[in-house]
Amino acid sequence: MRSVHDMGGLEAGRCERDEHEYEQWEKRVDALMMLLSAKDRDLLKVDELRRNIESLGADAYDRMGYYERWMHSIVQTLIQRGVITIDELGRKLAEQDYRDGRG
Amino acid sequence: MSTVPSDTAGYYRRMQSAVEELLILKGIVTPEEVQRQVDAMDTRNYKRGAKMVARAWCDPAYKARMLANGSAAAEELGLEVGPLKLIVVENTPSVHNVIVCTLCSCYPRMLLGIPPEWYKSRAYRSRVVREPRAVLAEFGTQLPEDVDIRVHDSTADMRYLVLPLRPGGTAGWNEERLAALVTRDSLIGVARLPDSK
Amino acid sequence: MGAAESVPVRFRVGDRVRVRRADPPGHLRTPWYCRGHVGTIERLCGAFANPEELAYNRPGLPAQPLYRVRFKATDLWPAYREHAGDVVEIEIFQHWLEELS
Repeated sequence: MRSVHDMGGLEAGRCERDEHEYEQWEKRVDALMMLLSAKDRDLLKVDELRRNIESLGADAYDRMGYYERWMHSIVQTLIQRGVITIDELGRKLAEQDYRDGRG
Repeated sequence: MSTVPSDTAGYYRRMQSAVEELLILKGIVTPEEVQRQVDAMDTRNYKRGAKMVARAWCDPAYKARMLANGSAAAEELGLEVGPLKLIVVENTPSVHNVIVCTLCSCYPRMLLGIPPEWYKSRAYRSRVVREPRAVLAEFGTQLPEDVDIRVHDSTADMRYLVLPLRPGGTAGWNEERLAALVTRDSLIGVARLPDSK
Repeated sequence: MGAAESVPVRFRVGDRVRVRRADPPGHLRTPWYCRGHVGTIERLCGAFANPEELAYNRPGLPAQPLYRVRFKATDLWPAYREHAGDVVEIEIFQHWLEELS
């Protein structure tokens, strides 16, 4: 079965010349991926990143932005690897929301 | 891919902030390292590839080394590329090369930095392997009828750089002047370089 | 990489090979559009750990030879009738390739 990301040869719309300057958070997602996958750390393999992106499902894959998919995937990989737990991530999110006046 | 902002945008931004803070608390990364990595990526852009191209146009022996081992050729010019495994593909009067990663967005990032948004789009990834001339036309590039196209799908460990044809009207130009002619899009292969007046 | 950690190289430049029509789940780097098609070995890129296994944080050894395989566009796409010289070149791991009988 052709997976959602495996799109070579499918019909699609016009190529729009999308360019944009990446936001700070997107650059930091990129940086995090590079640091975690570096040989001396090896807390994430690029292949795990890709697998977790590919398992998003067609709808999410197309709806989500590029670095959203990456961040989702980094989180999944770190949880799978046991580097972070779901509970501590949930608590940190809540703590930051409170600190930043969101919660 | 939709350009409408996803309703998940805020969530993943928060996630990035939370994960980074957790990793710092655990001593896995430092804030300085993250910033250094952001800055390093910011310094990587297509001009590094342009430098290699200009050298290759001027020095046939360098060009031969570049076509045999792209990464070593980059390092020779002081362009640090880490673990990148670079293959340089040469445009000729009868062959035009274009690069894609249909499966995700593989790109010679350690040389050229982050790829453009369109390179990662559904439209480009789906269509350029099947109708490269139509896609090139959408980028404003028309190839002569007698030129063959080679589309390179970056599916595994190798990354690709196109060596564009040297534009006409540039005889005797120095490397710096030549490098300034090279565009990012010509290094990916969706554009050719016009002759110089 | 030590010799014991690398599968022996089976194909040479110029060999005609077919991409297997396998369809397992998981993380694959052999694109759908080339499966079942015949191409020519353009070069050997080296031997690398299998990404299908790396994707599950397994070592992916022994390393598989990785080739660039050249496919004619007119073979890959039924509607591609002009420009018989156009090709698509794809990196494919050895375990996805079989020799033509």
